[in-house]
Amino acid sequence: MTSAPEHLDPALRVEALASLLAERGLVDEATVETFIKTYEQSVGPMNGAKVVAKAWTDPDYRARLLADGTAAIAELGFKGPQGEHIVVLENTPAVHHVVVCTLCSCYPWPVLGLPPSWYKDPAYRARVVREPRRVLSEFGLDLGDEVEIRVHDSSSEVRYMVLPERPAGTEGATQEELAALVTRDAMVGVAKVASP
Amino acid sequence: MRHVDGIHDVGGMHGFGHVQELTDAPPFAEPWEGKAFVIGALAARISGTNLHAFRHAIERVPPQEYLVGYWNRWTIGAQTLMEDSGIITDAEVRARAARLSGQDVPEPPRPEPHKPQMASGGAGNLRTLDTQPAFAVGDRVRVADHGAVGHTRLPGYVRGRTGTVAALQPCQVFPDTAAHFAGENPQHCYTVDFDSRELWGSDAEPFRLSLELFEPYLEPAR
Repeated sequence: MTSAPEHLDPALRVEALASLLAERGLVDEATVETFIKTYEQSVGPMNGAKVVAKAWTDPDYRARLLADGTAAIAELGFKGPQGEHIVVLENTPAVHHVVVCTLCSCYPWPVLGLPPSWYKDPAYRARVVREPRRVLSEFGLDLGDEVEIRVHDSSSEVRYMVLPERPAGTEGATQEELAALVTRDAMVGVAKVASP
Repeated sequence: MRHVDGIHDVGGMHGFGHVQELTDAPPFAEPWEGKAFVIGALAARISGTNLHAFRHAIERVPPQEYLVGYWNRWTIGAQTLMEDSGIITDAEVRARAARLSGQDVPEPPRPEPHKPQMASGGAGNLRTLDTQPAFAVGDRVRVADHGAVGHTRLPGYVRGRTGTVAALQPCQVFPDTAAHFAGENPQHCYTVDFDSRELWGSDAEPFRLSLELFEPYLEPAR
């Protein structure tokens, strides 16, 4: 076995790659800027939050969302890479779903954007399939013993999004107000949505 | 016996410590991470390969580099994919990095592109199949205990374990062959439920673990 090549600073490696690929006409600066802007500004958890808020206020939509997540999410205009087949899991007082990808970091981009650091970290990927209650507790979510935990490992092209429980004290809230309460972490299943 | 094929197959592994704090940090902490993302997102197209080959390229990143961080392994994976197709060489990348750092080193020659040729059944990874699925919801299934040499989406921690088919998912391109350009070979795909004690022993926290498994990974439970 040969020894691994010398470590190259990742920022410098990226700079070198970008420069070589630009020279070859394979990646141009405008494309890079457009991609970055898209995932910084238009594709992120604010999309999923709109889906959740609509499901909380529109029972027909909620039913469609749970029956065919991909189609119901596309009704709001959200689709694209890493969203070919999205399944929505409903959290209730009795059942708590939490999502992971142990083999890489698969994540439902159209509704949640790119995954956060903790989701990609080996500690989360290794442990949540083995001791989810303890992991959730480390994140600050303590679930009662009566709550059934269901862990979903994203091992195919199926992507999962959690529909969190609607918090108390939001009875008269508009969809827009509700969407502002919904967090990325709640849609992965490592947190609950807090009351306003 | 538990097979572990690479550093990426971390499900159930001990020793990583506390999970990271939940934060509202933006997707890219520094500008280079955004560029890294784009290069990786385009790598399969540039190299004439596919998503599965990209995942496999990341899996081949040496463990010490893999654990440096996500965008590091993502970038090295993207570079590997492009090296394999003759788009770029590691020597070129290192020489360019040195020149960008102010060193006057010679530029090595460009490689000759040799992209793999594999027929595609269309965009994305969902496919339709004429064959009937071998298993139905409620069937008890045992996961094959194969020691995969190349790419697979069968995590080590479920190998040899017995679970229950919970749902049939859309048929999909088979990652195990597509990653090696041996054909899309679409397969039936099942959500299979496991009791935590089947996976981790009688002392395990009680919970249910679900994941998707392709038909070739499964056999009827005796």
